[in-house]
Amino acid sequence: MAQFTSDPVGKSVHRVDAVEKVTGAAVFVDDVQFGPGTYFARLVRSPHAHARVVHIDASRALEVPGVRAVVTGKDVDARIGLYLIDRPVFAGERVRYVGEPVAGVVATSEEIAVEAAQLVEVEYEELPAVFDPVEAAQPDAPLLHPDLGEYQVASFIFPEPGTNVSEHFRLRKGDVESAWPRCAAIVEGTFRLPQIQHVPIEPHGAVALWEPSGEVTLWTSSQSPFAQRDLIAQSLSIPHGNLRVVSPYVGGGFGGKAGVSMEVYAVVLARAVKGHPVKLRMTREEEFVGTTVRQSLVAHTKIGCDAEGNLLAMETAYYFGGGAYNDYGVNIARAAGYSCTGPYDIPNVKGDSYCVYTNQPIGSAMRGFGMPEIHWGIEQIMDQLAEQIGMDPAGFRRRNCVRTGDTILTGMEMPAIDLVACIDKVTEAIGWAKKGAPSASGEPSRTTPHKKRGQGIAIMWKAPAMPPNPGSSAVVRFNEDATVNVEIGAQELGQGAFTVAAQVAAQALGVPYEWVRVSAPIDTKYSPYEWQTVASRITWSMGNAVKAAAEDARRQILELVADHWDEDPDDLDVKDGKVISYRSEREQPLENMVVYGLPNENFEGWKGGPVVGHGRFMPTYVTNLDPETGQGTRAVVHYTVGAQAVDLEVDTETGQVEVLKIASAYDVGKAINPDLIMAQIEGGAVHGMSSAFEALRFDEAGRPINASLVDYRIATSVDVPREIHGDFVETPLEDGPWGARGVGEHVMVQTAPAIANAINDALGIRFNDLPLSAEKIFLALEERREEG
Amino acid sequence: MAMHSITVTVNGSREYLDVPSNLTLLQMLRDRLALTGTKNGCEAGECGACTVLVDGEPVNSCMMLAVEADGREVTTVEGLARLYGDEDQLSPLQDAFVEHNAVQCGFCTPGVLISAHALLERNPDPTGEEIREALVGNLCRCTGYLRIIEAVQAAAEKGEVSDGPVYL
Repeated sequence: MAQFTSDPVGKSVHRVDAVEKVTGAAVFVDDVQFGPGTYFARLVRSPHAHARVVHIDASRALEVPGVRAVVTGKDVDARIGLYLIDRPVFAGERVRYVGEPVAGVVATSEEIAVEAAQLVEVEYEELPAVFDPVEAAQPDAPLLHPDLGEYQVASFIFPEPGTNVSEHFRLRKGDVESAWPRCAAIVEGTFRLPQIQHVPIEPHGAVALWEPSGEVTLWTSSQSPFAQRDLIAQSLSIPHGNLRVVSPYVGGGFGGKAGVSMEVYAVVLARAVKGHPVKLRMTREEEFVGTTVRQSLVAHTKIGCDAEGNLLAMETAYYFGGGAYNDYGVNIARAAGYSCTGPYDIPNVKGDSYCVYTNQPIGSAMRGFGMPEIHWGIEQIMDQLAEQIGMDPAGFRRRNCVRTGDTILTGMEMPAIDLVACIDKVTEAIGWAKKGAPSASGEPSRTTPHKKRGQGIAIMWKAPAMPPNPGSSAVVRFNEDATVNVEIGAQELGQGAFTVAAQVAAQALGVPYEWVRVSAPIDTKYSPYEWQTVASRITWSMGNAVKAAAEDARRQILELVADHWDEDPDDLDVKDGKVISYRSEREQPLENMVVYGLPNENFEGWKGGPVVGHGRFMPTYVTNLDPETGQGTRAVVHYTVGAQAVDLEVDTETGQVEVLKIASAYDVGKAINPDLIMAQIEGGAVHGMSSAFEALRFDEAGRPINASLVDYRIATSVDVPREIHGDFVETPLEDGPWGARGVGEHVMVQTAPAIANAINDALGIRFNDLPLSAEKIFLALEERREEG
Repeated sequence: MAMHSITVTVNGSREYLDVPSNLTLLQMLRDRLALTGTKNGCEAGECGACTVLVDGEPVNSCMMLAVEADGREVTTVEGLARLYGDEDQLSPLQDAFVEHNAVQCGFCTPGVLISAHALLERNPDPTGEEIREALVGNLCRCTGYLRIIEAVQAAAEKGEVSDGPVYL
């Protein structure tokens, strides 16, 4: 082996999957070969935002040669969901968004399936629809789910049957009413964010095979193979042991491939044609409106501070537009509720966070999980407060940001973090308050008088939002040559989970990084359990499980060799693939002995055997919160915090924004792989920047009008800043592996408000609603020109 | 559907195929030749994940029919390393992508590599701006592009084209 990296934790080793991915060898779900017996599926989707399904006639579709089955809600009477089981697999009597599947067609080719799907005749009777979450929360709004009170729901979610409110989280701390009169400055605003989509470059895909024996295998592009097995098994009454989910590399997830979206359709369609693999792929258009999207938000927020700039009170109401089904989205509203202040120490808080049904695509997890949405308003108000009392926005944040040991809004004690250090790092990197000449090319400003330069800052926090007890497990086993296979259930989405698993195992075992292989693809039949690859929880949770498994294996090795040498295991260590004794200075290579054991003297028998280490991790300390006040001992496992500063210029003749530089710093606890963190910071900054300019748009009937990559633009290579400065601080997390905590989502949470603050710095104009389209900025400038 | 007999050289191997008129080059590569390194991201020529070289020029293979490739040379990501003779040897571009962590989920990577390779073939010493423009049709949601741009620059310095392709 050419390279030999000892003690890889903390080192920027190469990704374990890089060579596969640059040679085209890496397998994604659509690359798996199933042979000529494969059938193909297509879904029939509702053209109406809200309607009663009167009648479905599949007879013409069934006459098409090559069609093998048509499946509708009549054939599948099942609902599915994670936190709130509100989603029928196929619509029954009612459709609730444009694009809702009412039937599925299976045929011998994709072409035939597409043709036949158009021949399924569905008669609808339209119902009044509602799209705005505030309107939908009113008592007289069209009711989407009259059966809300009958749905199964997690113990910590509080739907309000008889309304469209699927979750109402209440946070009450101190007394806001008595605090307002003491405020020297109060800023109040309404902030709106549209639905946006994850836009992974790999669309969703699934292949299912239902064997006549009752064994079911599902191949999917999934962040959650185990959660998919659990939810689909429950929904369709398949014994968990009969359902196997295999998930190759995921071509981008960002939350969109968490839980179950379209995968269940492959399974129910395969049930109709037992013995044949059924492949279902989303078109790009379906990807936009038929999988999941980030929820919309309307936030009414009011925050006040005293004359010295100390925050005193906050009152906020968050209305998340959850779309037609809120089976996952309810927990986003909850997370936004228990973190509703953002990363600030505010003594008096009244927060209400609602998830509201709307006749739109299904809102679900997306990178940041509610945090980008709420920070959009909070971080703009903080700037306005600082301005009103005459403080520097960075200084205002240093004064008020959450610190280690603070009793935060839920009554929980803040675990160790250093947000001030993050603020210091980004202000230094951006050259805070030293605004440059307004031009990307560095030309003097007189040649570009129409360009205005601005700087902005924003800070963030985010906790993993999940049930209290999501578990991870891992197995570490040795091969004859002392190379190691690490078995995990965590998924590789590009973030580097496999690389981190290999680093952690190598470090804890005492073998070189290059000796470790990660057993993939993730397969619920062979891989150890992992709840989901979400919530930026994998480095922390899976990392702990892998470390425990490696330590278990290491202990087996040390005990064997200590017995063999008649020494104390405490005097032994494993270094660079050898057992060494600090007492006797003896050495024993791991090769062979980790499988075959060691012979007794004169070969009078053997001792030891194949070394297999097991490890697991599950947080056990998270408590439920009081439903009236949101107070409790421990709301979440921990928080990751960070800061971003942006330098940009605005072309006042076109309204175009050019982001010149983004500086980011996060408290990662311990950088297991510093360069992978930098890669997240850079990619996240661009994702965050892009999100500030993105919006799914609908006509007045709720039909999507920009569901393509031409009409829904994401950042391209020419849009990205010339420079992204990344940095981190390392305040160890008490129960993280070597102190590590997650950072994958945090890197995009506050980019949009940092940009809005910089635009305000450049133009003196505030934008409360996303997206920050050039048109919107241009019109605001026009309005000011007319007024001025 | 009318069938056509075509001959296409793919990564240096001559392939004889009978294809229907409406089969795209992307479908031919993935479904008929099992060259799944070329990805299907939108089937509308919008994302660039299916980029391949046809007679040295980058094209979205989802927007080209297989019959149009008759008599031409197609290079996919699987052929990129082979351009350097030794099958175990990555091209300088592939090496640079590994070195610079320019890969995350890896789904856009094959198309990006092909577009970047085509750029370096016609312009061995591109500026950052020229690299950005050459990759504008290849969408990436993970990396933020900067490492990709750095990797292409690094490959240019090492000479992505200096050895010359073995069969083009």
